[in-house]
Amino acid sequence: MAETSSSNDIVREENLVYAKTKVLTDNVMHYCPGCGHGTTHRLVAEVIEELGIQSDTIGVAPVGCSVLMYNYMDIDMQEAAHGRAPALATAIKRLLPEKYVFTYQGDGDLAAIGTSETIHACNRGENFTIIFINNGIYGMTGGQMAPTTLPNMKTSTSPYGRDVKMMGNPLKMTELVATLPGTCFVTRQSVHSPANVRKARKAIKKAFEYQNLKQGISFVEIVSNCSSGWKMTPLQSNEWMVENMFPFYPLGDIKIPEVQVEQKEGDVLHNSLNQIDKDSKQVKY
Amino acid sequence: MEEFQLMKGNEAVAEAAIRAGVDGYFGYPITPQSEVMEYLMAAKPHERTGMVVLQAESEVAAINMLYGGAGAGKKVMTSSSSPGISLMQEGLSYIAGAELPCLVVNVVRGGPGLGTIQPSQCDYNQATKGGGHGDYHLIVLAPASVQEMADFVTVCFDLAFKYRNPTLILSDGAIGQMMEKVKFAEQKPRLTKAPKWATTGKTPDRERNIHTSLDLDPSRHEKFNEKLIRKYKEIEEKEVRYEKILCDDAEYLFVAYGTSSRICQKSIQLAREGGIKVGLFRPITLWPYPKKEIRAMTNQIKGILTVEMSAGQMIEDVLLSVEGKVKVAHYGRTGGMIPTPEEIVEALKQKISGG
Repeated sequence: MAETSSSNDIVREENLVYAKTKVLTDNVMHYCPGCGHGTTHRLVAEVIEELGIQSDTIGVAPVGCSVLMYNYMDIDMQEAAHGRAPALATAIKRLLPEKYVFTYQGDGDLAAIGTSETIHACNRGENFTIIFINNGIYGMTGGQMAPTTLPNMKTSTSPYGRDVKMMGNPLKMTELVATLPGTCFVTRQSVHSPANVRKARKAIKKAFEYQNLKQGISFVEIVSNCSSGWKMTPLQSNEWMVENMFPFYPLGDIKIPEVQVEQKEGDVLHNSLNQIDKDSKQVKY
Repeated sequence: MEEFQLMKGNEAVAEAAIRAGVDGYFGYPITPQSEVMEYLMAAKPHERTGMVVLQAESEVAAINMLYGGAGAGKKVMTSSSSPGISLMQEGLSYIAGAELPCLVVNVVRGGPGLGTIQPSQCDYNQATKGGGHGDYHLIVLAPASVQEMADFVTVCFDLAFKYRNPTLILSDGAIGQMMEKVKFAEQKPRLTKAPKWATTGKTPDRERNIHTSLDLDPSRHEKFNEKLIRKYKEIEEKEVRYEKILCDDAEYLFVAYGTSSRICQKSIQLAREGGIKVGLFRPITLWPYPKKEIRAMTNQIKGILTVEMSAGQMIEDVLLSVEGKVKVAHYGRTGGMIPTPEEIVEALKQKISGG
């Protein structure tokens, strides 16, 4: 131990390779340990900083675990009623068409109570971004069954497991909105590993950039864990997610825009519902 | 100078909105007010002023579009009729809780439920006593003519922005559908400078703007509610509007708003021909309600007949106003039926004046 340097020797300005983005505030997040919300907030904030659009971005927070997102993002935000974020974002973007507008919604918000607002905003081809956190459960209210809860998955309102004959099937909103002509970019990502965080960050960046295309909604689903709601440790919940959520909600791009924007040479994008990201061959309709 | 035009109330509110420099209209079709959006779509306000007009997927979406647009500092409005307005109550509560300005027009039809498409005044309680959840008020104006349908658009936006509060025009199917002469104000420019609280993107020179109705700290949230209460008190002190017709020598009084107040004017004529000196007190703001002004009338009159196209909703505010000083009775028709002037005079005789 005698030869090792103390942390004070290492943590110096010239040694730092990472810093918190200024678009995140210093408020301590209320999220449970291991939750994907914190990471996803950071990615959205980093993308806003990288694109230099802090002064041109308006976010809409949902009702759910991320209801207090506006405490953590140093941008103008509005907190919507449960499920209505796409309606707010529709008006904000139409009235301020040069601004970047995004909603951030959980599965209960987007895929249950807000299904109508989600589908119609997507179908009208509104030019904003939807960040959709899917953890298959209602986290904030204490772990009730969500529209995205997997078959046989136990929750506080499906204590013996989700019986799909009685309780219906999980809803794949992301595949559903990909079929609508009003979406231009639809992708499913996760933030459970460094490699996936990097991919998710790229996807979120593209989603914001694609607002300039004016070809419709850019939709990023993040399949995430809920260790508290799933009653697991953070590590267990990530493993469970990989084993159970990803087969049902496969990761990868589902739809990419027709027109190439700000891409490197040779990186041409094609628009096709059948075009599946090479990383993920599991997307089915 | 502009000429009078002959127009439906619903069309007048639409044309007035364009001229008032409204930035966005978001609505959903429902009888008897669909002409509002039809007129707006046909008038191409986008070419005239840049105004956005969007047909939403539901009244729920429409009111939340107002929430978004109002938060962005824009003049936004919607219109609907009773069942649709019920769907908007959640959104109105949020807009009131976030202290944002907007205008909602309710062209009331008979209820409850799907009810009927004929005129009614059965949404008075919903409009003036809250409607959605929480301690809040809308500023509610009741037009009694097509001209007022047009004029109140500007009045409501002025009040909405002055107090950062949602406003409501409580009309009814008769005023929405009937044609009268109307003269419009000159075209006003749309807002070009965003209010300092608008979510237009956080610039380095200011803190971020947040619109929310949430506060998990009860002591802080109580302070916020106290702030709202102070605001409502100020509105009650400063913004009461009413009209008195033939009240100087009146021994009896009709209290009525909107279509009922128009019918009462004929009833006054009939009653006076029969020797009953009756006048009309017409509340123009239904919230804030002209309580003091009605109370002041009790020194002079012997009794009040409230006339409403409802089972008797506004009568409660009249009773609270007069504090038992004079007799108050209600006469009304429901289900989309409109009272005749003769029926009203008969009710006055039977319930209040005798003779």
